[in-house]
Amino acid sequence: MVDVSLDNLDAVVAQCVGAISDASSLDSLLSLEAEMVGKRSPFTALQKSLGSLSPDERKSAGAQLQAARQRVEEAFATRRTSLAAEHRIAVLEADRLDLGDVVSARVRVPVRAGHPGIISLTQESLEDTFVGMGFVVADGPEIETDWYNFEALNIPPAHPARGMWDTFYLDIGEPETVLLRTHTSPTQIHLMEEAVAQGTLPLHAVMPGRCYRRDTPDARHLASFHQIEGLVVDEGITFADLAGTIETFTRAFFGPDITSRLRPAYFPFTEPSAEFEITCTICRGAGCRTCSQTGWIELGGCGMVDPAVFAAVGIDTDRYSGFAFGFGIDRCAQMRHGIADMRAITENDVRFLELFS
Amino acid sequence: MKVALSWLREFVDLPQDISSLVREMDDLGLVIEGVEHVGEGLEQVVIARIDEIRAIEGADRIRHVIVDAGNGPVEIVCGATNFALGDFVPLAPVGAVLPGGFEIALRKMRGVVSNGMLCSGKELGLGDDHSGLMLLTHKPGIAPGQRLIDVLSLESDVVLDISPEGNRPDAWSVVGIARDLAARFQTPLRDPARPGSDTGAMGGARASIQSPELCGALLVAELSGVVVTSSPSTIARRLEMAGMRSINNVVDASNYVMLERGQPTHPYDAAAVAGQHIGVRRAVDGESLETLDGVTRVLGRAGRGWGDTGIDCVITDGNDAVIGIAGVMGGASSEIRDATTNVLLEVAFFDPMTIARTSKRLGLRSEASHRFERGVDFANALTATARFVEILSLSCPDLVWVATQRSEGLLPELPAITVSEQDVERLLGTAIPADEIARILSALHFSVTIHGASVSVTAPASRLDIRSGVAGRADVIEEIARVYGYGRLARRVPTWSQPGGLNVAQRFRRTVRASATGMGWLEAWTPSLISDEDFSVVAPEGTAVRVTNPLASQESIMRTSMLVGLTDAWASNADRGHGEVALFEMGVVATHPSDTSIQRESAGGVGGASRLRLPVETSVLSAVLGREGDDARVAVASVAALAERWGLAEYEVRSAPGLPGWHPTRMAEIIDCGTGTVFGYVGEVDPEVVAQRSTRVIPGQRLGFLQIDLNVLSNTQKVLRRPLLTPVPSRFPSVIFDLSLLAPKLVSASVIQRALRSSSPLVESATLFDTFSGGALSDDIRSVTFAIRLSSDERTLNEDEVLIARGQLLAAAAAAGAELRL
Repeated sequence: MVDVSLDNLDAVVAQCVGAISDASSLDSLLSLEAEMVGKRSPFTALQKSLGSLSPDERKSAGAQLQAARQRVEEAFATRRTSLAAEHRIAVLEADRLDLGDVVSARVRVPVRAGHPGIISLTQESLEDTFVGMGFVVADGPEIETDWYNFEALNIPPAHPARGMWDTFYLDIGEPETVLLRTHTSPTQIHLMEEAVAQGTLPLHAVMPGRCYRRDTPDARHLASFHQIEGLVVDEGITFADLAGTIETFTRAFFGPDITSRLRPAYFPFTEPSAEFEITCTICRGAGCRTCSQTGWIELGGCGMVDPAVFAAVGIDTDRYSGFAFGFGIDRCAQMRHGIADMRAITENDVRFLELFS
Repeated sequence: MKVALSWLREFVDLPQDISSLVREMDDLGLVIEGVEHVGEGLEQVVIARIDEIRAIEGADRIRHVIVDAGNGPVEIVCGATNFALGDFVPLAPVGAVLPGGFEIALRKMRGVVSNGMLCSGKELGLGDDHSGLMLLTHKPGIAPGQRLIDVLSLESDVVLDISPEGNRPDAWSVVGIARDLAARFQTPLRDPARPGSDTGAMGGARASIQSPELCGALLVAELSGVVVTSSPSTIARRLEMAGMRSINNVVDASNYVMLERGQPTHPYDAAAVAGQHIGVRRAVDGESLETLDGVTRVLGRAGRGWGDTGIDCVITDGNDAVIGIAGVMGGASSEIRDATTNVLLEVAFFDPMTIARTSKRLGLRSEASHRFERGVDFANALTATARFVEILSLSCPDLVWVATQRSEGLLPELPAITVSEQDVERLLGTAIPADEIARILSALHFSVTIHGASVSVTAPASRLDIRSGVAGRADVIEEIARVYGYGRLARRVPTWSQPGGLNVAQRFRRTVRASATGMGWLEAWTPSLISDEDFSVVAPEGTAVRVTNPLASQESIMRTSMLVGLTDAWASNADRGHGEVALFEMGVVATHPSDTSIQRESAGGVGGASRLRLPVETSVLSAVLGREGDDARVAVASVAALAERWGLAEYEVRSAPGLPGWHPTRMAEIIDCGTGTVFGYVGEVDPEVVAQRSTRVIPGQRLGFLQIDLNVLSNTQKVLRRPLLTPVPSRFPSVIFDLSLLAPKLVSASVIQRALRSSSPLVESATLFDTFSGGALSDDIRSVTFAIRLSSDERTLNEDEVLIARGQLLAAAAAAGAELRL
């Protein structure tokens, strides 16, 4: 490389840029870099020689030199990016495989037992229990509108009860209209609307699914979690049917020595509303730390469908009545398997995943 | 809400046994979150005077103290240093058991015997002060040997931490809780408060409501002769047990009345209220106020979200200047100060929804707003005022209630509802006689008339949660059930004629899960919300379904693919030395409405009146295969095994340009041959993505990946299944031979395979078992070898038939672009 002086800067830069764009590999680019702008390069030498100039001259010469050097360095960066892309393309091309030609019979994989996740496992056995009791299973979307998640469930806009659910809203439509469902209850509204539209009442359904709440995850809560919800709309349905259904489910799912009780509670979409508790599955009712010595643990909420909800979907309350209940699938799983920290469920540690079958 | 049991007992007789009381309260929906015994274990604590303080040799943290506790010198070893000779401090003698169960024993430290413990406030359960001994030197008349509980007039008490149902306006007060208990125990409710009566005097203050829809009633009491001082200890202690700090006698009286009666009141320093005028109006857009907490709040501006109209209700003075945010927080300028002598007490009913919106938007939740947004008992404003005067008089003997000013706005109408025995039985499934219904409701202060089997009631002003009409009837029946006891209601197992069960899609999902675990894969659960960075890996050109208010930036976008989640799940295991694993997940991914031609519309907005375009949700199965030897080949073979298990008719794996995040030259679409529908993708994760995600990737590590659209797959119109009518395999011997063909690399083996299969009715199967390229073959050609089986249901095939079939096979292969390799 020729010596650089302030007089031939442009020519040298042009020469460098030409050489850089001709570089054919990342390795050759690296050695060019050392040669052109490295510690022993003419650029660096010229830089050092500027010390002998007067302060004013030094300033202007320094700026010229810096600009020239920068042009060279930009050329390196550009070439490096394109060489890396070429390199990637070359590597990927060499790696090309026509998947239509794969001979499945020749593929060998290690033999190992697979495992369903603890949540699916629990969800399926909950579904089975309810199917055995005469329920169908219904699915609903995870992205909902404020109407289905709140208003049709008797929670009008800005109602304080909306504060019961910390909601993730989405940047779609008007503010706070589209959201990640905070419970499976909107599926109830879809089901009732459909049944009314198609004239297919009565309804006996459970609705499992993933829900979202803006809660900082801790040992008992996750920001996304799973719920299962039940809805019965039929003629002559009473609170007695609700209590009987909860009891039947409790014994069927948790075992004959586990029983249930209802306590008053408030939910906007049911009236009367109740919280349901079951015999503590850890101490079987004797009293322990898990149940704060009461022998009971809270499982979920339930109640008779509020007339305002029936009004929102157009169900005639003179003819039909109904009940609804809901609880956490994750919580059921936690209780069944005695999992101390819920966060283990989302960590996907193989050692944990292999425990469930 | 925390309430001292002694306070409740002023209103109602309660059982002595706390645990049975707690059970009954739980059963009434007054859930007890905690029971705290206060002042217990302090009976033996006595007052001691410090008579001597000596150093202990070799110890610099403890000292030898000699005290007099009424019976001559007592030697104590003490670690505190905040006292001097002559100070009076509490002494727990040997044998005393302090709150929390700590028993004082004789101890010897550094050769000095300690005959008890000098205590801090915290050790006695009387506050949080743990910085030194509790100093009682300045208590008038204090002397050694007095009992601490006498000096501080402490009585042991029980504090109940009650969590009432969220909608109950009445249960956030002592009187409301007592009313429930009186109804349950069928005992009378007492009210220690004197009923309020208007003096009728003219007075000099004014009260005016300019926005009647925001304020239903306003009462302003003029009080003179106020001396601001500390509260009597009984008042201060009750507030402290309720978790409120004692401030001064005026503020404390206001808080006391709020806790007891559920009616928040606001005392103003009359001298600081221009014109002695308390007005209520809607805030003007942009008006502001410095609240008691020192923050300046801008008012009258709509915030985010439906239903926030930006309507704020404010309190104004005679100059129409804002001096308080109604029902939420007062202003700094007119607060009670030490020199206050005249007080204006505001007692009001504000529109609950207005208070709720304002406090939500300003992020200001106060004890007052909490009660106003549920609706306060407007019928008892005067009683609350009288109670305030009564409580304040305890510390202000010269207090005069000069006059009362009132202004009326629009109050909610109290619903009148008729409930019959039949209504109750129809909802509860339990028959409750009319007189029992009437008894329960009148105990809850409903006004009640019985007409035979039905009861007509009007809800009290303390129960604004009771609605009108059919909904109101349900509300009233809940009240009946609550007091009657949920545990006493009948249980019945309902039956119906419709069968339960899973639908086709649900059953299919179970098959998919079972087949995935059958492959030896483990089911994972990865977050549905991903980061911007991850989104740009799988959807660099995509429109994000973005969360407006994420908890953390790593979880702000709805996933469009499980590729990054599963790769991370694999990598976190690999980093722990457990990379020998295949993980799968079944769940939902979402596509922004502007990125898809599929329309998903839903009712939304106020009243469900708008049609909103929503993201499209797709249920998918994804798997990442990270075991040794796993790659795209294994993924393809896995798809083959799954397809068998799912009973698919015929599908093709066709190389396709890479999706973002996938290995660009090792991926393919999975296509149903009958309909041409793409129902999945198979291949590998982009090696660059793998390298970024794991710190311990072994060079050459490949991650096989597949993604199946379960919505499409479960649709048997789009992805065809093998026919139900199944031919029985021929009982005649099959003719088996290999067919090696040369084909351009562009022609997929599966295309040739299909051609071979349909070339002749005699073809039982044509299975690819080898491919070869290189050697003498040109670059764009490779050899594919199929194992062919020919058979007939009717006879053993003869040589001619086999030859004809072979000719047909070759012709079909040729049509597909393959020729016999010679």
